[in-house]
Amino acid sequence: MKYTEDHEWLRVEGDLVVVGITEHAATQLGDVVFVELPEVEAMVARGDEVVVIESVKAASDILAPVDGEIVEVNDALADKPGLVNDDPTGAAWMFKMKLDDLSVLDEFMDEDEYNDLIA
Amino acid sequence: MADLETTALKRLELHDLHVSHGGRMVPFAGYDMPVQYPAGVMKEHLHTRAQAGLFDVSHMGQVILWPKAGMEPLALAFEALMPVDVLGVKAGRQRYGLFTNAQGGILDDLMFANRETHLFVVVNAACKAADIAHMRAHLSAVAEVIEVSDRALLAVQGPLAEAALARLIPGVAAMRFMDAALLPWNGAELWISRSGYTGEDGFEVSVPDAQALAFAKALLAMPEVAPIGLGARDSLRLEAGLCLYGHDIDTTTSPAEAGLGWAIQKSRRAGGARPGGFPGADRILRELAQGPARRRVGLRPEGRAPMREGTALFDGEAAAGTVTSGGFGPSVDAPITMGYVPSALAVTGTTLTGEVRGKRLPVTVCDLPFHPSTYKR
Repeated sequence: MKYTEDHEWLRVEGDLVVVGITEHAATQLGDVVFVELPEVEAMVARGDEVVVIESVKAASDILAPVDGEIVEVNDALADKPGLVNDDPTGAAWMFKMKLDDLSVLDEFMDEDEYNDLIA
Repeated sequence: MADLETTALKRLELHDLHVSHGGRMVPFAGYDMPVQYPAGVMKEHLHTRAQAGLFDVSHMGQVILWPKAGMEPLALAFEALMPVDVLGVKAGRQRYGLFTNAQGGILDDLMFANRETHLFVVVNAACKAADIAHMRAHLSAVAEVIEVSDRALLAVQGPLAEAALARLIPGVAAMRFMDAALLPWNGAELWISRSGYTGEDGFEVSVPDAQALAFAKALLAMPEVAPIGLGARDSLRLEAGLCLYGHDIDTTTSPAEAGLGWAIQKSRRAGGARPGGFPGADRILRELAQGPARRRVGLRPEGRAPMREGTALFDGEAAAGTVTSGGFGPSVDAPITMGYVPSALAVTGTTLTGEVRGKRLPVTVCDLPFHPSTYKR
């Protein structure tokens, strides 16, 4: 698993990368009540706002961590946004991306580095 | 030099208690305030509706108006600042009030109680300094305006609030909604009113700083009482359809537009015993009689996406106002919103759209409150 400074986790699954938010981010957001996911087949650039997460109090954007194509989104979050709090690194994955070159993931933090960041 | 302009946040008397309960502290109106505890906004909100919540609202301004020459001149001078019947408030009763400006806008909303020998006023934290200056400027001939700065203000809200508070102070059980009383506890004089801002039955208690910690701890030791942060305070008041000053009401909104006509008693209206004579009376009384051009309404977004403050509203392609408060209602289990729309559209069932992130999403005008209130009248 890799981590971004924006508190996303990235997990390689075959030639895809699965993206979600970390436990730390979910705790900071509080109770999630709505998740707006990107369109499948959308081409996104690093830094694009691709997901909106609404907690009881506020809205937060999730940025595309890398350039690529959105190939799948987690529709379960539409009915059960609370999964983001219950299981942020598992059932609450947000979208899967197809990248030209998975080696761009090397620059991101590993778990130890991320834990140092949030310590 | 931005840092030179930063002023230190004021600390609540119960700051350490909030931190010890895991409160996440954030700046609010110049104070370091708990926005939520580990339970989170959703559970804190639902706990208050099911049992009892303890809120620290010590950031609000507590002011005593001590008359210089009797209560009647003070009441009449206070009436010159508000479109509200002050003279008719009996000893031991509290009333909702509004300071208005010459344009008929709202400077602040407040609570005041007739405590027989004087008036006790509670104002919003963000308006506190301006309100006190306003009262000193206009009431000094008839009263001493005394800011109370050595007392915490705690709210106990929810269906079990009476049972919890009555264990410490049996006398509260006999109080009705908007009664105000001074009752003893452990040698301290508590200033108690049966009121709050959650839509639930409950009490607001002013307690001397020296006893505040022991009093809060005694309540929190009861299984039905949980500490509740500002986050749930906001979602509770929004479900109750109550205005948040600086958001739903401000110097540009009039009482009639805001749906606060109920706060203006007959005696201050045209044909009443003491009509007008408050700032902005021309506009305020005209709008009460003829109806305002726009009105605050409840709005229910279709779907699950909250529609937040600032969202632009549309009737077809025509601009139709703005959202002033919006979020998620945990008890309603849906997004809930309030905003101002042209009066012709302020009809329950009217469908408008709100622009959220570039998309126009349907939203329906609905009755307020979103969640029924349970005051003990």
